[in-house]
Amino acid sequence: MSVSLVDYGLGNLGSVVSMFKRAGAQTRMVSIPEEVLASDRVLLPGIGAFDEGMARLRDRALIEPLREFAATGKPLLGICLGMQLLLESSEEGEAAGLGLIPGRSVRFSEGDGIRVPHMGWNLLEPTRADPLVEGLPEESRFYFVHSYHVVPKRTEDALAMTEYGGRFVSMVRSGSVAGAQFHPEKSHAFGLTILRNFAAA
Amino acid sequence: MSVFPRVIPVLLVSDGYLVKPVRFKGEQYIGDPINAVRIFNEKQVDELIICDIDATVKGAGVNYTLIEEIASEAFMPVGYGGGVASAAEARRITGIGIEKVVIGTAALTRPETITEVSEELGASSTVVSVDARHRLVGGWDTLVARGRKKTGLSPAEAARRAQELGAGEIMVSSIDRESTSSGYDLPLIESVISAVTVPVIALGGAGRFEDFIPALSAGASAVAAGSLFVLNGKHRAVLISYPTPMQVRSLAGN
Repeated sequence: MSVSLVDYGLGNLGSVVSMFKRAGAQTRMVSIPEEVLASDRVLLPGIGAFDEGMARLRDRALIEPLREFAATGKPLLGICLGMQLLLESSEEGEAAGLGLIPGRSVRFSEGDGIRVPHMGWNLLEPTRADPLVEGLPEESRFYFVHSYHVVPKRTEDALAMTEYGGRFVSMVRSGSVAGAQFHPEKSHAFGLTILRNFAAA
Repeated sequence: MSVFPRVIPVLLVSDGYLVKPVRFKGEQYIGDPINAVRIFNEKQVDELIICDIDATVKGAGVNYTLIEEIASEAFMPVGYGGGVASAAEARRITGIGIEKVVIGTAALTRPETITEVSEELGASSTVVSVDARHRLVGGWDTLVARGRKKTGLSPAEAARRAQELGAGEIMVSSIDRESTSSGYDLPLIESVISAVTVPVIALGGAGRFEDFIPALSAGASAVAAGSLFVLNGKHRAVLISYPTPMQVRSLAGN
């Protein structure tokens, strides 16, 4: 089964494709509602601003299909901005998110040695066992680039935490919908493990 | 603080080949950039920055073929610089699979480029490069076009303005120190760090891994180098090297 990558003009799809290839998984680009709905598992990438991301999904009429896909219980993974879009809203913009996971994104507070964006390699502490984080070595490091981080309403939706001037939620999971704030496609063997797990889910 | 300081090889490309100039002049041939990217992959490098030094000076424009090859081989974040002058170009570059776009000459000759790129990609993907050279009377000039043109701004002013316009990261480079292995120009780096709140990458002069320490202590979020990672010894033989995760960690003091 292949992984469908949502192509909505906002993401580093080239790198994601390369990393899945390295993981031995097939990928295909999906950009219209029918393709999203016909997928086995969907990865929503994204780099950039929240409102821009939602606007591009809206322009392509992909908002409802993504919600419908999530409702089928098939795996959906958002990465970076794609993760933030899974929630209801963001301080970064006015647009409503996909609303698949209750909560919103807030900006890191500057100061005390904390520079924003949070950019660089940092550690992941999973809050529980989960197929997505299976097989990760202790002290797995991942590449982050973001100014906003998610705050899910339900603590049980936090799948992993990371420290940056306080602990923030770096992975979420609610049922079949999951998200990772970091870039697995740019995180060497650690990111490879997560994408391989997703392709096998 | 991030747990790990970033250690970034900066690879310079001319006519499609990896080269290494000294103080922004002359070029030693290093090899095939794609091969270097593969080796850096195996070494699990934190991040790579690739700058095409022909793009602006020779007017060659952005080399998309090279970018595509690099993106498909790089399993780490990559920044690309060289000839980026519009949001459309920046978008095409990130669409290929490059995380960050480094704006150099255009950041100073047409500053609104920074805002346009930042609005299109987000500040996190918008890096502005500030190249500085010592003035005889003290302080530094900010230069563009590979050190050929003065801008009339100090590096601190150029960096502050870049941040105001939307840059999410500043790469400050010492022209005087490039390929000299004499250590970073710490006063220069400190002047830029204190002028902005976004992350700062220090470049120019690192000759050994120990040189990273004072730059990181000064508050640099990342330390970058060229020669150190691609050349070895006083005869400047080509040898790609990179510290292990343990070494990087001990540099950070944790």
